[in-house]
Amino acid sequence: MTELVATTPGLLPLPDWAKGELSDLKGHQKSDLIDGTEGEDVTEAYDRVRTEELEWQTEAGLDRVVEGQGRWDDNIAHPLAVADAVDTRGIVRYYDNNNFYREPVVTDDLAASGDVAAELDAAAALLDGDAGGLQAVLPGPYSLADLATDEHYGDEAAFLDAVADFLVGEVEQFPDIETLFLLEPSLVENPPEDGIDERAGAAIDRVAGATGADVVCHTYWGAVPEKAYAHLMDADLDAVGFDFVSDHEANLYNITEYGTTDDIALGLVDGQNTRVESVETIRDRVEWVNEQVPAQSFDTTYLTANTELFYLPVNRAREKLDVLARAAAEEEEVTA
Amino acid sequence: MSDWPEVGDDDRDGRDAREGTPTTAADGGVDVREQFRPDDHPTDHFLLTTVVGSYPKPKWLNRSEDLVDDEEYDFDEDHLHEAHDDAARLITEEHERAGLDVVCDGEMRRNEMVEYFAHRIDGYEFNGPVKVWGHNYFDKPSVVDEVSYGEQWLVEEFEFTSGVAQRPVKVPITGPYTLANWSFNEHYEDEETLAYELADLVNEEIEALVDAGARYIQIDEPALATTPDDHAIVGECLERIVDDVPADVRLGLHVCYGDYSRIYPEILDFPVHEFDLELANGDYEQVPVFTEPDFTKDLALGVVDAHTAEVEPVEVIKENIKKGFEIVPPERLTISPDCGLKLLPRDIAYGKMENMVQAAREVEQELDDGEVDVGFAAPAADD
Repeated sequence: MTELVATTPGLLPLPDWAKGELSDLKGHQKSDLIDGTEGEDVTEAYDRVRTEELEWQTEAGLDRVVEGQGRWDDNIAHPLAVADAVDTRGIVRYYDNNNFYREPVVTDDLAASGDVAAELDAAAALLDGDAGGLQAVLPGPYSLADLATDEHYGDEAAFLDAVADFLVGEVEQFPDIETLFLLEPSLVENPPEDGIDERAGAAIDRVAGATGADVVCHTYWGAVPEKAYAHLMDADLDAVGFDFVSDHEANLYNITEYGTTDDIALGLVDGQNTRVESVETIRDRVEWVNEQVPAQSFDTTYLTANTELFYLPVNRAREKLDVLARAAAEEEEVTA
Repeated sequence: MSDWPEVGDDDRDGRDAREGTPTTAADGGVDVREQFRPDDHPTDHFLLTTVVGSYPKPKWLNRSEDLVDDEEYDFDEDHLHEAHDDAARLITEEHERAGLDVVCDGEMRRNEMVEYFAHRIDGYEFNGPVKVWGHNYFDKPSVVDEVSYGEQWLVEEFEFTSGVAQRPVKVPITGPYTLANWSFNEHYEDEETLAYELADLVNEEIEALVDAGARYIQIDEPALATTPDDHAIVGECLERIVDDVPADVRLGLHVCYGDYSRIYPEILDFPVHEFDLELANGDYEQVPVFTEPDFTKDLALGVVDAHTAEVEPVEVIKENIKKGFEIVPPERLTISPDCGLKLLPRDIAYGKMENMVQAAREVEQELDDGEVDVGFAAPAADD
């Protein structure tokens, strides 16, 4: 019987007090955003954000908790925005959303900064026995390379490999974690062309191989095109995540046509709409997937939001955490 | 629903008999532009000068808006209303002092371009701010029920502004596609359905504005720049918006900076007179987009950048204005900033408007003198 694990792709909305306080401390301009050198008062405010966001997740009863990624002003491009050898330039659109991030431009050899590892250390120190297991969140190498501009490595393949090596360096500094979510929306939004698709699968494989934790490569905003999906299947992943909110049919097609990993992550809660799904709906959706894939029984099924959660106001984001946790817990009671 | 009013539908003169979209002066139809030429306009040529809408609020107005939420102070909604009136009067006069032919109040009463309307439409609720980028947030509303017309949106704003203005007043109004796209949709099957429902409400508001005397209305659809593939939805929204609007009401559409090649020439089918486009921001690199096929509407050309805090010199703005003649002849060119000016320091915003008007007046004189030799403004060979 599959184990249901409630989690999220991270990047939670900042608590409302922090939106105002950090905006006052840091400023509104692009040069005021996080570059990894923030001072004491800003650090202290983010410490309180981390504590509060971990409490939200623990109170909801999630099986995996994330650090919250409150500092990620540039969304999933954050790890590059705080790295040396990277200039953050103009404000550019974040995928097909009314959201923006600073374009990271790589101008020299990339080296891991340990920034994300430090956040995870801080989160680990706050967790007690009641909390779920710690889950790290990183952009996948393909998406991070896609969001960035290369002025150093010279060609797409070399740049992708360099970004993968950079992420491997970050993962190697992580404390003990239970799970790593690699977010790869670009596999859907700007899928790799022939030649790069195989390299993208290999790059993801390398980053996944840098940790002994369970690795979930989570995709969203539709389904990965067939060929890129087939190459993703070559990576040594514990689970692939699918966005069943935005396109359940195309994702189901990939799963039935090309198979999938032994574990699976299901994006079942809409991270971009304030309408809160009922626990019943989530359970029905899990059941629907199981019925459609009779040939495979998953060891672990991660129940998650399809996207990051920062698109939502705090009240609705927290309600969605609740729904995910209850759907996973109640489902276990029914099937145990 | 009835069709767009055609010639012969009523006893008004000067209407065009052709089907479909309202015609521009250049199409040989009713001239909805000449009505804005000041009586004492000094030149034969007339380049209509106006603004997109928003303008920096005086600092004391921002303070006043904070005070009303603060229980420590004896400052209530009536006081704030008075402050809004004062600011609207001040900024309308500031626009007139800059010499603009068509003015507005700088949107002094509006907090944000979606929130303001969502507060007035039944069916919306607010749950709290969401991130746009960095520490810039937006109180993104949710549509939780059928949308319907609640309290008036802009009629009081228009009546006040036109009451204090010596010049004609333009009314900018957020378009239904943007109202839908920048909200959470909890109620309707899809965003398109919501956009059409909202278009009917915008139509209702525009009819009320026209009844109040408005003759120049600009629909703002910034969301079209971010999701250009939806231009057909915006077109259908506009068909609903213009339903029953008299043909002598000038209708514009403002679309912020984006890849205009993805919406051109399709937008030429939209039932508006004028497109207001942000071209200074990209240094006019997109001008060729609008030359093939021919631009058949009026063009409101952005000639000062809304995102740089330096006032462009008159000579630079004159060259920018002349870029417009590569797309349309002078009688179809409106002169405007790229976008709303609200993010600029107020003195910079004023300086841009003032130089813009002076540049337009100088170009008009050069046109009268036959000195402009650019595109559609070049004197014809048989002159």
